[in-house]
Amino acid sequence: MDGGMIATTDTLVRFTGVQKTYDGEHLVVKSLDLDIRKGEFLTLLGPSGSGKTTTLMMLAGFEVPTHGDIFIGDRPIKNVPPHKRDIGMVFQNYALFPHLTIEENVAFPLSVRGVSKAETKERVAAALDMIKLGNLAGRRPGQLSGGQQQRVALARALVFNPALVLMDEPLGALDKRLREHMQLEIKRLHETMGLTVVYVTHDQGEALTMSDRIAVFNDGIVQQIDRPDALYERPVNSFVANFIGENNVLSGVVENIEQGWARVALDAGGSVVAQAVNIGGAGNRTSLSLRPERVAIETGDSGDSTMNRLPATLTDLIYLGDHTLAVLSTPANPEFMVKLPAGSYAGLAPGQDVYIAFRPEDCRALDPV
Amino acid sequence: MTAAFVAGADVPLKRRLKRAERARQFRALGLVLPLLAFLLFTFVVPLAGMIWKSADDWEVPQVMPQTVAALEHWNGQGLPDEAAFAALAADMRTAREAGTLAVAAKRLNYIVNGYRTTLLSTARKLKEQPAPGTAKETMIGLSPAWGERESWTAIKSASGPVTSYYLLAAVDLTRNADGAIVAAPPDQAIYRDVFIRTFTIGFGVTALCLILGFPVAYLLANLPTGRSNLLMIFVLLPFWTSLLVRTCAWIVILQSEGIVNGSLQWLGVIDEPMRLIYNRFGVYMAMTHVLLPFMILPLYSVMRGISPAYMRAAASLGAPPATAFLRIYLPQTIPGIGAGCLLVFILAIGYYITPALVGGAADQMISSFIAFYTTETVNWGLASALGAVLLLSTLVLAVVYGKLALGRQTTGGLKN
Repeated sequence: MDGGMIATTDTLVRFTGVQKTYDGEHLVVKSLDLDIRKGEFLTLLGPSGSGKTTTLMMLAGFEVPTHGDIFIGDRPIKNVPPHKRDIGMVFQNYALFPHLTIEENVAFPLSVRGVSKAETKERVAAALDMIKLGNLAGRRPGQLSGGQQQRVALARALVFNPALVLMDEPLGALDKRLREHMQLEIKRLHETMGLTVVYVTHDQGEALTMSDRIAVFNDGIVQQIDRPDALYERPVNSFVANFIGENNVLSGVVENIEQGWARVALDAGGSVVAQAVNIGGAGNRTSLSLRPERVAIETGDSGDSTMNRLPATLTDLIYLGDHTLAVLSTPANPEFMVKLPAGSYAGLAPGQDVYIAFRPEDCRALDPV
Repeated sequence: MTAAFVAGADVPLKRRLKRAERARQFRALGLVLPLLAFLLFTFVVPLAGMIWKSADDWEVPQVMPQTVAALEHWNGQGLPDEAAFAALAADMRTAREAGTLAVAAKRLNYIVNGYRTTLLSTARKLKEQPAPGTAKETMIGLSPAWGERESWTAIKSASGPVTSYYLLAAVDLTRNADGAIVAAPPDQAIYRDVFIRTFTIGFGVTALCLILGFPVAYLLANLPTGRSNLLMIFVLLPFWTSLLVRTCAWIVILQSEGIVNGSLQWLGVIDEPMRLIYNRFGVYMAMTHVLLPFMILPLYSVMRGISPAYMRAAASLGAPPATAFLRIYLPQTIPGIGAGCLLVFILAIGYYITPALVGGAADQMISSFIAFYTTETVNWGLASALGAVLLLSTLVLAVVYGKLALGRQTTGGLKN
């Protein structure tokens, strides 16, 4: 993590040692050091109650940090009220003002800033064009579909060119197709307008699709902050490995560590070699993390000694179009998943005894679950 | 789908829908029927009866049918002919025997002060029907009032079957001897003032309730559930005690030896007790207290539906708290303000007990005059007319409110 670093020129927002508690007993945000870079799309991802929304609300100014401070540029904003922070925000349920028309909604941030009538008209028209809703300017929010309302909320949050845009699960209320469409549209706006976006979601697919970087929250702590691919390929702990994507877990005890490689004795018998990522020394318990698409099924011994190999019984084959999911039972994990590329499962049938094989570099030894 | 349409094509779709819906409509009707019947007999019929009474003019035609008939062709100029005098004498004698003359006397006395004395004393002195041709002379001899045109126009104007007299009187108008509508004499022209007073108190109480109730409703809608429930109990507490008890409590508190005056005197703030009751101040105080829940509850129900996200959104878009409140929150509470104000105002203008107990003579509202005419003087016509005017002005307000509320609704203003 980037905590304690001196703000570089491309850092827009900096959290330093931020803590938050509502009841004085339980910390919702435990100790947050976080840098948000200018122009990046940063997603705060985590289960509900992980502190991600509280973090966003502190940045927006609706919650006050119990400890620590937040800087925008060099300016501490702890005592700056929300309306003076110059942060655009898109809310979960859009929060479009029901008594105002679409045009008046989008014009609102300009009119409270005293922008002239002519300029307001021009900028509102441009913002509505951007979201392709210019023809609905006179309607009220209640007459628009969810997707249209969401786009209006976006236009309203962007029309005053805020330094930073916050989005609090903005697509949560939309159906799947619309959500995917809107993800791309928000991504496009981010790129064309050079926005800095902080996006909160509990949907990992959404986070992977849209983000430059993702901060994974759990239990009030940022577990890992990294690029989507790095987060998926190289999780630093079991929470991240299990939260992002599908994951197979094998439990065992570390026998020895040698140049970054650990030999692990599985609880169910047998031993494998894995990348030592987040384990203490020999003798510690560990959970091995294996992505389903990084595992092969072998019907016989291929003789490749660099591979880890464990016996398993194929219990089910689930056809999913672009790939087939094989469910296997091994002594170490009764529901081991393997993703087989389309058309590569010829000759396999449920009930068959097989081997699962994987390379040590695809198997990460992490903290025990 | 297509097949189904073709199968029933001989019966139009609309009629089939109607048939299918009919059973449901009957059931719905059955559910509301008892209430409809109840309302019909306890509300609609009495109301219609009262409104009819404000125009009904039965006394004179019933008690003096011959006189009414004789005056039918009188043009109202000069004195009527001999036949009318004879008819009047005949009617008087019949009515006196039947004991109904006082009824007509009372009705005619409304038009001409002193008519009752004229009529009753003439009847008393009229021993027998005057000989043909001498009726006019005899009657004027018994009371010179019969020689005045006014006495006869009064009978003609009260000869029914309907009259505008009461309704005109309710707004301080009357007809002169020529039948033209003119202002009522100053000693009778009190109702406009009373109506103005009633509406002034109504508006004042409504405004006070809004000013006091709005922040409470806001708090109720925004507190955590536990504390908001507790506050709600305090708001509803007045509903659990009778109106009379609450009003009397105000007397105890506000009277010159009451709690407020006593405390202030003990503290040395004032030397003499202040006059807090039996005046307009007391009326405003007690009525506002009684009517406050009727303002708070509709406001609360509307405010509950306003998501706190709107104020947050306004703040994030750069609106300072006051601007956000005025431009975003307040406009969304207008349906609640409208409903609360309408409710409080309509209840307030009908108030009777409270002003009667805590107000002075100059603070009595229209209801107390209605009560006075129904129970004291038994002038049902005027009481009904005052009630009808009150009802009409209330209806006008309700219609205006409905139009405004509906106007907002069709543009989507109340949605979400």
